[in-house]
Amino acid sequence: MSQEVGRSNGGNSGAAPYSFGGEWQPSPIELGRRASRKAKSRRNGLIAALSSLLVLGTLAIVVVTSPGWKVLSATFFDWGYGFEVLPKILTGFFQSNVILTLIAATSVGILGLTIALIRTSRSPALTPFRILATGYVDAFRGIPMLLIILLVGFGIPALQIRGVTNDVFVLGIIAVIITYSAYVAEVIRSGILTVHPSQRAAARSLGLSNFQTLRYVVLPQALRRVTPPLLNDLVALIKDTGLVSILGVTDAIRAAQIETSRTFNYTPYVMAALVFLIVTIPLTRYTDRTLRKSIERQNAQGQA
Amino acid sequence: MSNPVLELVEVRKAFGAEVVLEDISIKVPEHTATVLIGASGSGKSTMLRCINLLELIDDGVIKLDGIDITDVSTNPDEIRRKLGMVFQSFNLFPHMKVLENIILAPMRVHGLGKEEATEKALELLTRFGLREKADQYPDRLSGGQQQRVAIIRSLAVEPRLLLLDEVTSALDPVLVNEVLSTVRDLKDHGMTMVLATHEMGFAKQVADEVCFLERGRIIEWGSPSEMLENPKDPRTQDFLKRVHEAGRL
Ligand SMILES: Nc1ncnc2c1ncn2[C@@H]1O[C@H](COP(=O)(O)OP(=O)(O)O)[C@@H](O)[C@H]1O
Ligand SMILES: [Mg+2]
Repeated sequence: MSQEVGRSNGGNSGAAPYSFGGEWQPSPIELGRRASRKAKSRRNGLIAALSSLLVLGTLAIVVVTSPGWKVLSATFFDWGYGFEVLPKILTGFFQSNVILTLIAATSVGILGLTIALIRTSRSPALTPFRILATGYVDAFRGIPMLLIILLVGFGIPALQIRGVTNDVFVLGIIAVIITYSAYVAEVIRSGILTVHPSQRAAARSLGLSNFQTLRYVVLPQALRRVTPPLLNDLVALIKDTGLVSILGVTDAIRAAQIETSRTFNYTPYVMAALVFLIVTIPLTRYTDRTLRKSIERQNAQGQA
Repeated sequence: MSNPVLELVEVRKAFGAEVVLEDISIKVPEHTATVLIGASGSGKSTMLRCINLLELIDDGVIKLDGIDITDVSTNPDEIRRKLGMVFQSFNLFPHMKVLENIILAPMRVHGLGKEEATEKALELLTRFGLREKADQYPDRLSGGQQQRVAIIRSLAVEPRLLLLDEVTSALDPVLVNEVLSTVRDLKDHGMTMVLATHEMGFAKQVADEVCFLERGRIIEWGSPSEMLENPKDPRTQDFLKRVHEAGRL
């Protein structure tokens, strides 16, 4: 009920939806309703502010006045030291995590889409590829990524094959791509499967080929639907690029670790965490927004 | 006499053990409309889907302009280019604007340039009073408007034959008429069509031949006046009585 009121409130904030020749004036009843809605929302705002202040304030006081706080803040929140090491962390972040994310995200998109298309196709010629794709997805969704990174990062150099790189950065990217493609392929495949068969029938009955139907009708709808979960995977990918630090890639986490092991102060880790947050928080907010929009769009379609 | 546009000869279709169409034979001459009536589940949609090669038949032959289209060597995509189909549930593409829905097949299937396709699409939209909806997404349109756009979309490829499957069944009663008058308009302009409908009054207006289906068989067929006013078969009589009671005559 209160939601109902909230929404119509928002809708009325601009011009009135109905105006009969511009002569419409809100009736006294409507004016009364608006006034009491406004009063109510002011009261709600006040309650929210007061209760937040009370709860969060109490929490802050309890933490700061607790006996261990001094030691804790010196070891974790030594901001002077933190800003001293920030350039090193940022260098690692931009040179490793960001580059890794960009390269991996692009490759994963292409590979994941390909695997999804193979798995959803019904062409008999693709049968062996379908079997391979299914096996691939089953395997790499089931193995911890850390293991894949260790296997690829240390295992491949151990083979000492000529012409194959020993660069841990490249091997790290490959391991990330292998794992994430399996996830993304499944997300895209689920999107393809949710496009109603009647859409396919309509496209085919217009004379579109199987491929054209996929290209112009099925995929655009499928990808639109899976954009929110894909953005979620992107956030996870950004964080997981940190795992390649185990191979010795000097990313933000490794840079922080090097500092920490030197000084036994953990502020560099906190700084690294903040650096990740600066990128991931806007992205998660954006993800939430696209999710909300896509739900609204689907609801609108359901009503039509 | 020249070939009928469409001819079905002893067509049979089964889904697993369930026989859905049996011994179906009809002829649809050029510029005529054949109307399929029958209870829900009698096989009308399946018959239209078979004609459109969306379903494979299990026996018999379907000919388009005298050519067997059920031959295994025919390319179904090529056949469907010559046929238009409109569904009960519209099936407009929700991610495309009205205009984009209409020009998709002319551009991608028939190789028209964007300008030419757009021009023709706008002409059709204007003709059916939907010109101002060209840049809207389908979910902004009423059901009747969506269905008319779906009809225009299937007309845009200048089909040899139009298949219409209960195009008004998903609509509010007040919206039914605008769609029916669109179909009547097409008939008056000489479009050859096969349509399934529950609207008996409409069937009487547009049909050259009416076929009554029951459990996948054509029980009785004839001119609309014979079929709808003096059906001979007791099963047809019974069906019409029930439709009448439901207030659709
Ligand atoms: N894809 C399918 N698989 C199995 N049975 C089907 C399928 N499509 C239709 N049928 C069955 O075929 C029969 C005829 O259905 P349909 O052609 O849709 O009838 P109508 O359009 O006259 O209502 C029904 O019994 C239905 O359950
Ligand atoms: Mg049907």
